[in-house]
Amino acid sequence: MNIIVCVKQIPDPEIPPVKFKLDTESRCVVPPEGIPPVINPYDEQAVELALRLKEKHGGKITILTTGNESASGVVKHALSLGADEGIALTDKAFEGSDSFSTAYILSQAVRIIRDYDLVLCGRQAADWDESLVGAILAENLGLPLVTLAETVDVVDGELKVKRVTLDGYQVFSVSFPALVTVSHEVGQPRLPSGWGIVSASRRQIPVWDAKDIKADPAKIGFDASRRKLVKLFIPKREKKCEMIEGKTTAEASVKLAERLRQEGVI
Amino acid sequence: MAEYKGILICGEVREGKITTITRELITTGRKLSDDLNQRLSILLIGENIQEAAKEAVFFGVDVVYTVDDIPFAESPPEQYLALVSNIFQKAAPSIVLFGQADMGRDIAPRLAARLGASICMDCVELAIDPETRSLLQSKPVYGGNAVAVWASDDVQPQIVTMRPRAAAPAEPDPSREGEILPVAVKIDESVIKSILIETVKEEVKGIRLDEAKVIVAGGGGIDGKEGFELLKELAQILGGTIGITRVPCDEGWMPAGLEIGQTGHVVNPDLYVAVGISGAPQHLAGCSGSKCLVAINKNPEAHIFEEADFGIVGDYREALPPLIEKCKALKK
Repeated sequence: MNIIVCVKQIPDPEIPPVKFKLDTESRCVVPPEGIPPVINPYDEQAVELALRLKEKHGGKITILTTGNESASGVVKHALSLGADEGIALTDKAFEGSDSFSTAYILSQAVRIIRDYDLVLCGRQAADWDESLVGAILAENLGLPLVTLAETVDVVDGELKVKRVTLDGYQVFSVSFPALVTVSHEVGQPRLPSGWGIVSASRRQIPVWDAKDIKADPAKIGFDASRRKLVKLFIPKREKKCEMIEGKTTAEASVKLAERLRQEGVI
Repeated sequence: MAEYKGILICGEVREGKITTITRELITTGRKLSDDLNQRLSILLIGENIQEAAKEAVFFGVDVVYTVDDIPFAESPPEQYLALVSNIFQKAAPSIVLFGQADMGRDIAPRLAARLGASICMDCVELAIDPETRSLLQSKPVYGGNAVAVWASDDVQPQIVTMRPRAAAPAEPDPSREGEILPVAVKIDESVIKSILIETVKEEVKGIRLDEAKVIVAGGGGIDGKEGFELLKELAQILGGTIGITRVPCDEGWMPAGLEIGQTGHVVNPDLYVAVGISGAPQHLAGCSGSKCLVAINKNPEAHIFEEADFGIVGDYREALPPLIEKCKALKK
């Protein structure tokens, strides 16, 4: 089974909120100093799912990303985990692309790769939390789509996907080729091996630009964006926490229960 | 460009009743309708929905489109999508509202791609700019670290999913009047590319998360499934139920259906006890509406204390047993 996994490089979403900074004037997020960008965690779980499928059914995993010059870093990370190949889609003209343009750019590249059975995307990117690209990409490519997958399997030549719902799950069957968005219930992704890191770091990642993928200039970049960001701000937190203390934790616990009773909460 | 006007809600009916999230959408939609002086319509799908259609009118909808020959829950996404697209052609709304729940998460992006619409997922507030008349769409981004406000002036229609609990559910007013329009839609079955084999609702023992008055939630700090026994005991004493963050979910310590946060349930109980939870914005997105938030964490620097009303710094294994005992005593 040949799988394409679409991944995105984002600022580390695990940074403590105090380190999260904005430039409200230019409506931009200021990258945290000294903390390198990472692969979007949901995309890393999509890579994990692809690796599990490859272990079972064989085939090739190709990583696709679009972003600035440093974006090939996340491709290398996926290679270090066990993916076979990767391509970075990078061009000044791609900058400022919204989800529709991003999906368009990816679909142009997928059409060139051609030889695939399954496209995997993370359920959303942990920066803008849009959760749009996977679905739009499926529409662009005319592929059947199953969203929020926890497991994917092959049964009688069809893809069987377990989709997570709020109070249970659904099971879908779709034919190949298909697109599946991956939810975090897939579980923790594996860690790269030392050898994996070394060999991935030596790889040259091919870079495709707008011309290579025959991108229509009217469909990419800032000007193609269907929405405009009018404001970006950090919500104010007005809460003040009353810390309950005691000589021991147990004493504090008893005080807490009394305090909650006083407030009428319990 | 066709003339788009009015607001269409893609509603949900469960067991013959309009769901809570749909009532919240009616509140939001009614406000926008009044501000724009345009009609509010709703699409309801499923068997035996005539009562629900009347209910929708009482809640504040002007036009109800009903499609009653297709069971909602078993509808494959492509079928639902074809149906919504069909109703969309009839109603030609400028704004389409979905709930950010199972159906909206899945269908809204597909619909946007198909219609060439603009879309904003997981909004917490919608407003009409008094000067430009644009729809301002507020949405938490970066896991809730920031809020973005978007406008999409030149693109019609505008599709939005709303986060649960972002608005109060609409209350019925039986004096309200509206139109109910049954629609017969013939779906070309060849559009269905994914076969829905089964839909499984996992039994929740006891109280449902979205109805619980008290939730005791555990995070990565619980360090394994055994620790949740203490949390369960506290929840039971307080007449509440258990919730989890992403870590216990991804580690498989507890069932995924208990997850609270951006990628799980959004809750607003009277009391939320966060145990061993660091307070990532992605989790707080699901519980910041709680009336009283108590944090128990051994790390005094944990971000959860910034959001809590009451806090204890300490190991939950030491904090919970005396808390359980004291609560038992107080309850007597």
